[in-house]
Amino acid sequence: MDAILLQILNGLDKGGAYALIALGLTITFGTLGVVNFAHGALFMLGAFCAVSVKALLSLEQVTEDATQLTAWGTPLEVRVPYVESWFGDFGTVLLDYSVPVSILVAIPVMLLIGVVMERGLIRFFYKRPHADQILVTFGLAIVLQEIVKGAFGANPIPQPAPDVAKGMIDFGVAVGMDAGNVVYPMWRLVYFLFSVAVIAGVFAFLQFTTFGMVVRAGMADRETVGLLGIDVDRRFTIVFGIAAMVAGLAGLMYTPILSPDYHMGMDFLVLSFVVVVVGGMGSLPGAVAAGFLLGILQSFASMNEVKSILPGIDQIIIYLIAVIILLVRPRGLMGRKGVMEH
Amino acid sequence: MRTLTLSRNDLILLAGYTLVVLGGPIIMAPLGAGYPDLLQKFVIFGIFAVGFNILFGLTGYLSFGHAAFLGIGSYTAVWSFKLLTMNPLPAIVLATLLGGLFAAVIGYICLRRTGIYFSILTLAFAQMSYNLAYSVLTPITNGETGLQLVQSDPRILDAAAGRDYGAVLPSSDLFGIPMNGYPGFYFCGVVSIVCFYLAIRIFRSPFGLMLRAIKSNQNRLNYTGLNTQPYALAAFVVSGMYAGLAGGLLAVVDPLAGAERMQWTASGEVVLMTILGGAGTLLGPVIGAGVIKYFENIFSAFNEGILMAAFDFLPEPIQHLMVNVTSLFVGEGWHLTLGALFMVIVIFLPGGLMEGFNRLSALVAGIVRGRRDGASARGA
Amino acid sequence: MGILSVRNVNKRFGGLKALDDVNLEVEAGTVHAIIGPNGAGKSTLLNCFVGRLEPDSGSVTFDGMSLLGIKPHEINQAGVSRVFQTPEIFGDLTLIENVMIPAFAARDGAFTLNAWGLVTTHGEIRARALAMLTDVGLADQAERPAGQLSRGDKRRLELAICLVQNPKLLLLDEPTAGMARADTNNAIELMKRIAGRGVTMVVIEHDMHVVFSLAEKITVLAQGAVIAEDKPEKIKGNHRVQEAYLGGAQL
Ligand SMILES: Nc1ncnc2c1ncn2[C@@H]1O[C@H](COP(=O)(O)OP(=O)(O)OP(=O)(O)O)[C@@H](O)[C@H]1O
Ligand SMILES: [Mg+2]
Repeated sequence: MDAILLQILNGLDKGGAYALIALGLTITFGTLGVVNFAHGALFMLGAFCAVSVKALLSLEQVTEDATQLTAWGTPLEVRVPYVESWFGDFGTVLLDYSVPVSILVAIPVMLLIGVVMERGLIRFFYKRPHADQILVTFGLAIVLQEIVKGAFGANPIPQPAPDVAKGMIDFGVAVGMDAGNVVYPMWRLVYFLFSVAVIAGVFAFLQFTTFGMVVRAGMADRETVGLLGIDVDRRFTIVFGIAAMVAGLAGLMYTPILSPDYHMGMDFLVLSFVVVVVGGMGSLPGAVAAGFLLGILQSFASMNEVKSILPGIDQIIIYLIAVIILLVRPRGLMGRKGVMEH
Repeated sequence: MRTLTLSRNDLILLAGYTLVVLGGPIIMAPLGAGYPDLLQKFVIFGIFAVGFNILFGLTGYLSFGHAAFLGIGSYTAVWSFKLLTMNPLPAIVLATLLGGLFAAVIGYICLRRTGIYFSILTLAFAQMSYNLAYSVLTPITNGETGLQLVQSDPRILDAAAGRDYGAVLPSSDLFGIPMNGYPGFYFCGVVSIVCFYLAIRIFRSPFGLMLRAIKSNQNRLNYTGLNTQPYALAAFVVSGMYAGLAGGLLAVVDPLAGAERMQWTASGEVVLMTILGGAGTLLGPVIGAGVIKYFENIFSAFNEGILMAAFDFLPEPIQHLMVNVTSLFVGEGWHLTLGALFMVIVIFLPGGLMEGFNRLSALVAGIVRGRRDGASARGA
Repeated sequence: MGILSVRNVNKRFGGLKALDDVNLEVEAGTVHAIIGPNGAGKSTLLNCFVGRLEPDSGSVTFDGMSLLGIKPHEINQAGVSRVFQTPEIFGDLTLIENVMIPAFAARDGAFTLNAWGLVTTHGEIRARALAMLTDVGLADQAERPAGQLSRGDKRRLELAICLVQNPKLLLLDEPTAGMARADTNNAIELMKRIAGRGVTMVVIEHDMHVVFSLAEKITVLAQGAVIAEDKPEKIKGNHRVQEAYLGGAQL
């Protein structure tokens, strides 16, 4: 029982990441009709927003303390991050919370990146075949990740969670089990809650705003909405910006769980596409449900008990499920007829 | 009577291809590519791309998983070396067959769907193969280390023929001719000429016509009484066999096989080769493969020293600036060039280099004709 | 019983009853027209014949064989060809290739792994295709890509694609839509010639000139239901038809 609970918990954060990426992918297909292979790169760029903010915040002021000497007899260098010397304790807190704080930076940055990408490239591909869209965005993804590699190097850059969220929480105790059975890293829980919040935000936005209504109508029937004389172009741009932002935030918050490196986007992209297909191309609830479902299934598949019966199952479970779903339910769990099918 | 000869243009194409391959060491020398390792890559990846083009270029089905068959071909060939003989012929025959067999199974499943669903399915299968090769299949693939020859391999056919390689690690040889260096290149080159010839035949056959019809309008083809599924599957299997063969040849010239050959970025590379050259054309994929392998080789060899020398003629600050900018794109940064190239081609030249050539030659022909007309008008 | 018999066919799209208990008998060797206002369900009915749609209930039999639950290519191989309302042709291929493909299909069946012999060595297929293109008046454009044709010419090409197969039953969904008057008359002549060879035809048409020049029997569909079926002269005078079709105006 506790083992099962633990695996479900373990799957939630990864599932949250899948769901967030898949959500953005689905919105982009649904409204713009574009298959965006660079979506994983946006996830990665978000993660590197956190890296950049942390790097900026930790820029240090170096002073020499003549009263203290090092072992070599030179004056001791005292390194204090500028934020601390300027803001004192608040600076320390700022540094500690660099990951959540970088959200404030990432929102405008990712929106901007999305808008530039849509205006500069994607919009020329609305009328082109899906194969062309896949190819051009695949190229873009490579370019983006190579740029990041050039700027930040090839090695993963660990991003610590804030001190308060660093520990473990004993989930078992909370549900009345013995202590020590279901111990769960705090940040993963934070990530799960964060992903739920963002998903809720996106759904609320689509459900309750006029803008969202037009987007949903567009997903149901793109041509008609265009015919209604609604300025579809501008909305497309904004939609793409939002999708980019969601992917970016998903990546940013994931950094304490997985130290970001330049190719993390590609790794997640392939899985997220599978998630989208499993959920049903064009279905937002499908994308979310499939994201969590696959995250949890993956974590079950990596249990030793399962692996001893089906060796290697943890490596292929997601793809296997995708294959089965696509063959049994061609349109995915919640897909509609006729989306992306020619 | 059914003649089995090609049209004049196709014969010229085949003759030209044969000439370029056989004369490769001399023709490529001025470009700095006249050495066997690179020449081998040209023809091997040429085979891979030509086969991929039979699927993607003709039917329009975009597979993102063909590297899996390449990897399977390599593993098969190395196993053939280990168990049977160091002779490359059984190795490549088995690699081709196994590539085809896997393609038949995977293709049968993936072709239940079309469009992007098909692409995702192929991607899923390739990733599964890759992940399995790295994990549970380690007894067959030797996991991360990659599959290698060892001196104590059984090689039963060689043993039966009384052939003993002594204490050294054997390398592949065709009845005594070693398969590295130029002989290896010529072996691969001859195989690639045969493959190219077969591709021409497929292109010009009724079967090829049906494949092009699938790309053009699959619905119409169905309502015209043709069952598109087996046609697409046959194309998938043929391209899987080409990929298996290419993978086998990679192992022939360098007898080891690793899982990274199956990664989906490797599948992306063959897509790029095909598109860059011109999907659906005969020569395009070969050219695409050549260009990419050439630049990969040249670009990734560049380092700061070479760049500094190259920009030596500039004043120092500008020299440094140029070196810094260009070094982003070469050496380690070669992939950046690759990605950018991908985008540029898809954006500006969807028909690939072949379309570029055609446009260019049409332009030149137009100018020439214009001149001639002008001249004759003046003359009249 | 006719060569094509449709019994109690129903088809719903969500709340819309597109076909409402449709019955239809097409006699072998006749030209049978289906007319009706826009959205009456004419194309939907044809879709049920060629495997594009599966009716919710009812039966469709051709030559004693059920056309339901089998694949489009099997239906075609049984002898049913269709011209679509929006031309379905191979836009990237040349006209001659467009017509050779169905000729191959008619001769070699639904699948042949004919990857060795060259297309050019199949002289008899090419000759048949060329003759067919001449028949529809497109022979001079044989080597052009079909995508470049005008809408009217695309229709003629599609007609050639169907005819080269010598179908037993030819389904035509508005074969003259988008054609100039002169071309329409040529098309009528062509269809008369085809009918003269004994090919059974089902023609959907809005152009009454075409309908009355060709049809031996007319079925009128309105809101998914058959409201009349009779000889052309009788249909002309049918009050219900005028009511439904033209809101009372004279045909
Ligand atoms: N695939 C479909 N899904 C939903 N509704 C459909 C579908 N196909 C047709 N319809 C609807 O069914 C009705 C009948 O359409 P159909 O195309 O058969 O009419 P038609 O008689 O051919 O008209 P027209 O003369 O304009 O071609 C229309 O209201 C149409 O909107
Ligand atoms: Mg219609």
